[in-house]
Amino acid sequence: MPREKVLLAGGGTTKSWKLLLALRILAIIATLAAAIVMGLNKETKTLVVATIGTIPVKATLTAKFQDTPAFVFFVIANVMVSFHNLLMIALQIFSRKLEYKGFRLLSVAILDMLNATLVSAAANGAVFIAELGKNGNKHAKWNKVCDRFSTYCDHGRGALIAAFSGVLLMLLVSAVSIYRLSINSNKFSNAAAVASP
Amino acid sequence: MVKLTKRIGALVLRLAAFGAALAALIVMVTSRERASFFAVSLEAKYTDMAAFKYFVIANAVVSVYSFLVLFLPKESLLWKFVVVLDLVMTMLLTSSLSAALAVAQVGKKGNANAGWLPICGQVPKFCDQVTGALIAGFVALVLYVLLLLYSLHSVVDPFLLQKS
Repeated sequence: MPREKVLLAGGGTTKSWKLLLALRILAIIATLAAAIVMGLNKETKTLVVATIGTIPVKATLTAKFQDTPAFVFFVIANVMVSFHNLLMIALQIFSRKLEYKGFRLLSVAILDMLNATLVSAAANGAVFIAELGKNGNKHAKWNKVCDRFSTYCDHGRGALIAAFSGVLLMLLVSAVSIYRLSINSNKFSNAAAVASP
Repeated sequence: MVKLTKRIGALVLRLAAFGAALAALIVMVTSRERASFFAVSLEAKYTDMAAFKYFVIANAVVSVYSFLVLFLPKESLLWKFVVVLDLVMTMLLTSSLSAALAVAQVGKKGNANAGWLPICGQVPKFCDQVTGALIAGFVALVLYVLLLLYSLHSVVDPFLLQKS
């Protein structure tokens, strides 16, 4: 039966199944790490804001990720993508026999592609805001943030690196899902074309 | 007959996506405003922000790619490539739109905690043109998601959508 090329006859696992599982586990680790590191990103510092006479005026300033909508979107999107991967891993492990039933392979491929675009949007939005915070913008007269809150910036950098590896992994996951969809349906449509006059 | 209308529909969709990406590119590049107060004159143009430069580059790449795919013959073996490239272009579009939107939002509302003042009050026409470019970019993105679904269908031809 051509439909069982996605799984070996008898319910064994093919190479693409194992590859997809490994890529999904790596993608979960990357996106979850990015979400957690950015979600816990907070730094409080007491800085001298102005000087009145000889008395320095101090203020306690906090840099947290909720200040910037781009970072909030980053955390939410990474949580969503890791949840999607978790769901797909559970589906892959626990319902192996039903892989080729109905719309399953098609919806997995489409969802993987949509989640890949989501995580790429989140990572890129955050990286450009982080670049603004690191270098400032003299045209708009926005000053740097990173020279005063260096730990905040370091944690943010780590989260962004994790998110970008998540983007690459999601792209690979989508490619393997599309491949599995194509080998499953091509064999069937070829067999149907041969079978029916 | 159904196949012909589907194919024409896909061509129209790709032409529209090409047009939208090109429009976003042109509107962003021509946005420029000079404002002066006291003795200081400041000029706002799209090259001031790295995110807007990335937006322009990404939309240029997408426009060129759409234009080239318009001329791809129907029976070519490259259609399998087009699925993956369509996914990459969609990711490029979402990332450029997200970055430009994040920076434009800071420009419009400012960021009180970082001490960044909004600049839209001083250069309102620049802000309006950037908004227009972002809307065109969003339209291009929606059209590209539809195109991605269509190319997936036309290459893979899932058996449930096929009239057998």
